[in-house]
Amino acid sequence: MVLTGAEILIQSLKKEGVEYLFGYPGGAVLHIYDCLDQQDDIRHILVRHEQGATHAADGYARATGKPGCVLVTSGPGATNAVTGIATAYMDSVPMVVITGQVPTPLIGNDAFQEVDSVGITRPCVKHNFLVKSVDELAGTIKRAFYLASSGRPGPVVIDIPKDVTAHKAEFKYPSKIDIRSYKPVTRGHPGQIKKAVKLLLSAERPMIYTGGGVIWSNAAKLLTELAGILGYPVTNTLMGLGGYPATDRQFVGMLGMHGTYEANMGMHQSDVLLAVGARFDDRVTGNIEKFCPDARIIHIDIDPSSISKNVKVDIPIVGSISDVLAEMIRVLKETKRKPKDAELKVWWQQIEEWRAMDCLKYDRETTQVIKPQYVVEELYNVTEGDAIITSDVGQHQMWAAQYYKFDRPYQWINSGGLGTMGFGMPAAMGAQFAYPQQTVACITGEGSIQMCIQELSTCLQYSLPLKIVSLNNGYLGMVRQWQEFFYQGRYAMSYMESLPDFVKLAESYGHIGMRIENKADVVPAMQEAMQQKDRLVFMDFMTDPEENVYPMIPAGGGQNEMILV
Amino acid sequence: MRHIISILLENESGALSRVAGLFSARGYNIESLSVAPTDDPTLARMTLVTHGTDEIIEQITKQLNKLIEVVKLIDLTEGAHIEREMMLIKVDAGARDTREEVKRLVDIFRGRVLDVSGKTYTIEITGSGQKLDAFIGVLNKKQIIEVVRSGVTGIARGEKALTI
Repeated sequence: MVLTGAEILIQSLKKEGVEYLFGYPGGAVLHIYDCLDQQDDIRHILVRHEQGATHAADGYARATGKPGCVLVTSGPGATNAVTGIATAYMDSVPMVVITGQVPTPLIGNDAFQEVDSVGITRPCVKHNFLVKSVDELAGTIKRAFYLASSGRPGPVVIDIPKDVTAHKAEFKYPSKIDIRSYKPVTRGHPGQIKKAVKLLLSAERPMIYTGGGVIWSNAAKLLTELAGILGYPVTNTLMGLGGYPATDRQFVGMLGMHGTYEANMGMHQSDVLLAVGARFDDRVTGNIEKFCPDARIIHIDIDPSSISKNVKVDIPIVGSISDVLAEMIRVLKETKRKPKDAELKVWWQQIEEWRAMDCLKYDRETTQVIKPQYVVEELYNVTEGDAIITSDVGQHQMWAAQYYKFDRPYQWINSGGLGTMGFGMPAAMGAQFAYPQQTVACITGEGSIQMCIQELSTCLQYSLPLKIVSLNNGYLGMVRQWQEFFYQGRYAMSYMESLPDFVKLAESYGHIGMRIENKADVVPAMQEAMQQKDRLVFMDFMTDPEENVYPMIPAGGGQNEMILV
Repeated sequence: MRHIISILLENESGALSRVAGLFSARGYNIESLSVAPTDDPTLARMTLVTHGTDEIIEQITKQLNKLIEVVKLIDLTEGAHIEREMMLIKVDAGARDTREEVKRLVDIFRGRVLDVSGKTYTIEITGSGQKLDAFIGVLNKKQIIEVVRSGVTGIARGEKALTI
């Protein structure tokens, strides 16, 4: 079948099972848009800014585990998408981004809307391609989807010049793929796994520390099974929340800079640490010199470069988390050795003592102000813990992570690595498209929400009934907190003056707006919002302006050096 | 420590910039870099000289392996290997006594004079980086007009080979 490049692109996306294409048209992609318009299988979602398209595709990917797909034009279309691509890259999100390019004869001529998209995105993609001929197009798309979703996932950019979308070629979508220079390992080394199990069973003060890899590898059930057999405490990174049920007794909360006392103390005093699909990020380790001083460390990761990058480990296992955990469980079930019950009992007593400190306590009694933590807790109650939660970046993100208890993977969607403000609402759009019947709430702040506020218009166009929970404290809260702690309270530029009236703003976009100023109104407002099944509701909660996120490990501190409330 | 990393990579446009970009983005240094296609035109062979602690070199090799276009690599300095670099050097050889002196030095270093003019010699010297440094060292600094070095290339000794 002879097709144009644009037709080949659409047919190839169909073969890859793409349901939604988040994008924005422009000169270089007009042939593609013309083709899109003449078919019904792939639904194109028109955003209001290309950053919104990438975050929406990212949110779709994080909610489903399937690659998100983006289509933008050349030049500014591509540069606007870069923040979203970098966001996906830092959190290992599978994504395929198609950028239009000026026609091949014009490349390098500083043509209208020309930018070196491959060059600009090179450091923040898993891989990228410039398609120079229509003959390469189908094969390139196949490779892009394979690369994006296999191994350690990540975004892949395909830059397609306009003339390539007009040229014709015989269309045959490759059924198999073999890239000689790319062979991700899946099965872990059996010898290493045996060694790891032996070490695990010798533990007296064990910790299981897991990250986003558990989610991407679809290994949450296996992790729960493994932890169940061992009876060891489990902590999750910010990216790993939902990988282990937060309401389970063995769960000690998130670790790291704003992690719980019991998680961080448990890490610090552990003698054996099992790290699963986590990368020892600086927000997790604190001062690397003081990190887990007594622990022998087992690290499972699909990316060899994550192993011993920040922290030297004793037993590295390269492989897919699900394969390795399944094998570990098998070995554990075969062995006659059992975990050290007596020592574990003492260890759990210690952990319970730490837990009893109740490090996430806050003034629950006050009626004077709305505490932001209270809003998140009540959101958890009102949604019965079942909503998909996205967040932006800052204090509200940490409160969402601390107070909403995520029991399942793909439920918690946030920009952890890059820390991209403006991520929350478009990501929620992507999640809502994936799960139209689910409650999708975006926990945000008055600072972050304004970074992609234009997507309220997209939400109207596609009737997305998002629930936006804005913790409005009139400050860039996390910046203000650091200024309070480390800059003697000099609040340089962290005050959000001249805020819009968010109620009117929501209404002008055709949605429902609510301003909640009294604590007594928090729950009724949420209940009312949840009843609006087919409307977006923007809830603007006027929260305590100077509340801080606790506990906190200050930069350079060890895990046991937390500032508590 | 100094390491010589030998890389087989897809002979595609952009592959070189991925390697160079990786080094600048992660703050690794490149002392020298040489690259050319192999007997298989789809593959290029790159030789990269860098410095770093064992941990840094381990990260460098892992990060390089992670690049999709890198097919295979070895750290030549981990085993017995041969290292060669070629230098073209143009020197002032106007006066009769310097002319003879330079010719003698070229012979001692087993180099060749490739081009002669009334005032200059253009010399080719091949060897390890140290040998080339030594040759530059014995010349009078004022004599040197131009130096071109290829960057190090290398290969493992014995049967060990970097092939696909």
